Amino acid sequence: MGASTILEMKNIEKEYFGNKVLKGVNLTVKAGEIHALLGENGAGKSTLMNILFGMPVIHSTGGFNGEVVFDGQPVELKSPKEAMEIGIGMVHQEFMLIPGFTVTENIKLNREITKHNVFSRIFGSSLMSLDMEQMNKDARKALDTLGIGIDEWMKIAGLPVGYMQFVEIAREIDKSNVKLLVFDEPTAVLTESEADTLLEAMKKIAAAGIAILFITHRLDEVMSVANQITILRDGELVASLKKEETNVMQLAELMVGRKVEKVKKEKEVDRERKEEIIMKIRNLEVMMPGEEVKGIDLDIKNGEIIGIGGLAGQGKIGIANGIMGLYPSTGEVELAGKKIELNNPKASLNNGLAFVSEDRRGVGLLLDTSIELNIAITAMQNKKKFLKRFLCFDQMDGRKIREHAVKMIEDLDIRCRGPQQITRRLSGGNQQKVCIARALTMEPNVLFVSEPTRGIDIGAKKLVLDLLVKLNREFGMTIVMTSSELGELRSICDRIAVVTEGKIECILDPDASDADFGLAMAGGYKKVHSKEAV
Amino acid sequence: MKEKIQSMVQKLGIPRIIIICFLISLVFGAFTFQLPLGSLTTDTLIRFGMNGVLTLAMVPCILSGTGMNFGLPLGIICGILGGLISIEMNLVGFKAIFAAMLISIPISLTAGYFYGLLLNKVKGSEMMVGTYVGFSAVSLMCIGWLVLPFKNGEIIWPIAGKGLRTTIALTSRYDKILNKLWAIKIGGVEFPTGLILFFFLCCFVMWLFLRSKTGVALKAAGDNPRFAVASGINVDRARLIGTILSTILGGIGIIVYAQSFGFYQLYQAPLYMGFPPVAAILIGGASIKNAKISHVILGTFLFQALLTIALPVANKLVTEGNLSEVARIIVSNGIILYALTQAGGGE
Repeated sequence: MGASTILEMKNIEKEYFGNKVLKGVNLTVKAGEIHALLGENGAGKSTLMNILFGMPVIHSTGGFNGEVVFDGQPVELKSPKEAMEIGIGMVHQEFMLIPGFTVTENIKLNREITKHNVFSRIFGSSLMSLDMEQMNKDARKALDTLGIGIDEWMKIAGLPVGYMQFVEIAREIDKSNVKLLVFDEPTAVLTESEADTLLEAMKKIAAAGIAILFITHRLDEVMSVANQITILRDGELVASLKKEETNVMQLAELMVGRKVEKVKKEKEVDRERKEEIIMKIRNLEVMMPGEEVKGIDLDIKNGEIIGIGGLAGQGKIGIANGIMGLYPSTGEVELAGKKIELNNPKASLNNGLAFVSEDRRGVGLLLDTSIELNIAITAMQNKKKFLKRFLCFDQMDGRKIREHAVKMIEDLDIRCRGPQQITRRLSGGNQQKVCIARALTMEPNVLFVSEPTRGIDIGAKKLVLDLLVKLNREFGMTIVMTSSELGELRSICDRIAVVTEGKIECILDPDASDADFGLAMAGGYKKVHSKEAV
Repeated sequence: MKEKIQSMVQKLGIPRIIIICFLISLVFGAFTFQLPLGSLTTDTLIRFGMNGVLTLAMVPCILSGTGMNFGLPLGIICGILGGLISIEMNLVGFKAIFAAMLISIPISLTAGYFYGLLLNKVKGSEMMVGTYVGFSAVSLMCIGWLVLPFKNGEIIWPIAGKGLRTTIALTSRYDKILNKLWAIKIGGVEFPTGLILFFFLCCFVMWLFLRSKTGVALKAAGDNPRFAVASGINVDRARLIGTILSTILGGIGIIVYAQSFGFYQLYQAPLYMGFPPVAAILIGGASIKNAKISHVILGTFLFQALLTIALPVANKLVTEGNLSEVARIIVSNGIILYALTQAGGGE
């Protein structure tokens, strides 16, 4: 390309409360270049962008180290407004549009073109009227650049999602001073043909000399439009490559690859039993906002730990929630040959399923209630355990609950001041153990565990994972574990199903290569492997 | 010792300490004005007993997650209906008062059921809707009282020969029947044993209920509905049960109240009867999401004691003619206002 450098971020470091999320990242973007930024959830992409935009969250947590040079000038951005003023534009993942306004009004919002009228001449410029004609022309021009045929006078409300995305982009390119545009996963909500149009538009914008920073998970898109590719992993810069020098497989590998420290486990446990299918899932669809499941077939074998992985928002969380009846779902779920009624949590619980929710504090616990009651309540409500008769009332059996809770606290090593302590005061890891204890009290055949290590420290993580392995090995419990952390899935699961866009992309062995996992998470596994087959 | 006081202060919460201090200063005031402390104490105890059950009615609905039951007038009307029917049946004494309660229960149950269905449809604004349900029910029954086919001459207008009177005296039926049961006189104080015992009995039954399977489900549904759903609890049903129980207790509460007061008051009277119980339980330390039996007992006592003692003291302080009624309104509404600002509870 040989064009001038528009943005340079040098040796960027950022800590959140002692937790290093960026460890010396360099990023160089040239004018007229499409620069792809790749990485898993939590790799540090968003933090890097927040720094670029001078988001308040960065400054309120102690700022960052390193240098940002924009258009040859070192800059210190304190707010998104300053970033906009020097010519950095952002296309948001969530739309920031006003539904009741027209396309033009949204594009020109707060940058309206005005002309004088009688009142404004007398009372000042705040009463100037809008030059709708000129504004419409500008809007039309921006939309034409994108190659999108929506009329500029239409209201935003009612437009298809894909079009809203284009309006958002049109607003950015209409700003005359814009030199760098950041696209944060712009294709996530688009259909395939819309995504193609968008990619075409990006090429046009870049050809006009505006640099584009393109954040995405989809590797084939990267390959089709990007000139330069930067990959982050765990806050570190892994590689910065030219497109011509790489391929999808290599990108996938770089994105995921990590030194997986494997808890080596004996694999030979009862091979025969593991062939017996305990749970059959057919065509399961779950309407869980943000984690929609769109038709999943999965067989779960008796006595295995099966992992469900994938990126955030792809639907992996929805599977367990759907089967447990917490979100409306359709399809068929069979447990040991018996059909389970969907959309009825009670039926799921009574059929020997138990669930440890990913939302520990929201769904998993009664925060102001004692540990012992938290452990006992589900079994009490569904299996009528821990009850005794008193006159015409069935009463909680305090003694039995206490005995059981004390046993659980001992078995799972819950660190607390006693069974009567309220769960709000426990640490994350111990809260998680209380949730698991409650699920175990149900004596389930299949245990669903979602994000068991989210938000708990590393020591506690290991304890929770060890606990799951112990339950599986010693009691033969079938465990379905959903997690965003591929590393932990690979360390304890027998098989890992990777979910992308609400469907199962493939089921991999935990020993499968990093490249395969990377491809699967980016939704390219089937494509690549079917090509190989041909 | 210091720690002990500190932990006690923490347990009680600042609002209660303030109110207790205010109460103590009022008692001193009463003492200096040489008011008859004996009869003031008796009054306090009686009002404590007669309002207790109404306050208790707040507990099931708070715990089931529908907030304060501002629709309590609905239950009160059901209770009055029960009471009137028992008079119509010409019952006297204990038979009459218990018949009144028994009759009121199915009426409250039906009314509470539909009220509960409504509340399940307006999750998040139960208290506002409840207030207007109470208002509407009262207004509707203003017509009802006129057209209901009661025949007993004791309760209908004597000249017109139809329609119910605005106040119905219980002198010949069960006036103060619980108050006088096993009443003990100590010095100048008459202790209304039966009344207080009945209140505590209700509290005990409620305590038992809250420890039952249904009760635990109710509390879980109110505390964290999403948790409850995940634990196989039918949240809507739990809320329905909470509302029904609250309405039934409202009905029983007004019968206890009326036997002590000596009258049933019809037409507009039940309109504002939902507010004092709300204030009382809030003063006792409950919040919109959590309430305990101890909050009911402490709150009712503080609220009623304040009302009873503040009035004569205020009258002595300012001796202008019409002040007592104004003072009563200022004090009682002031307490309600203060309690509502403290709705965060005793945590």
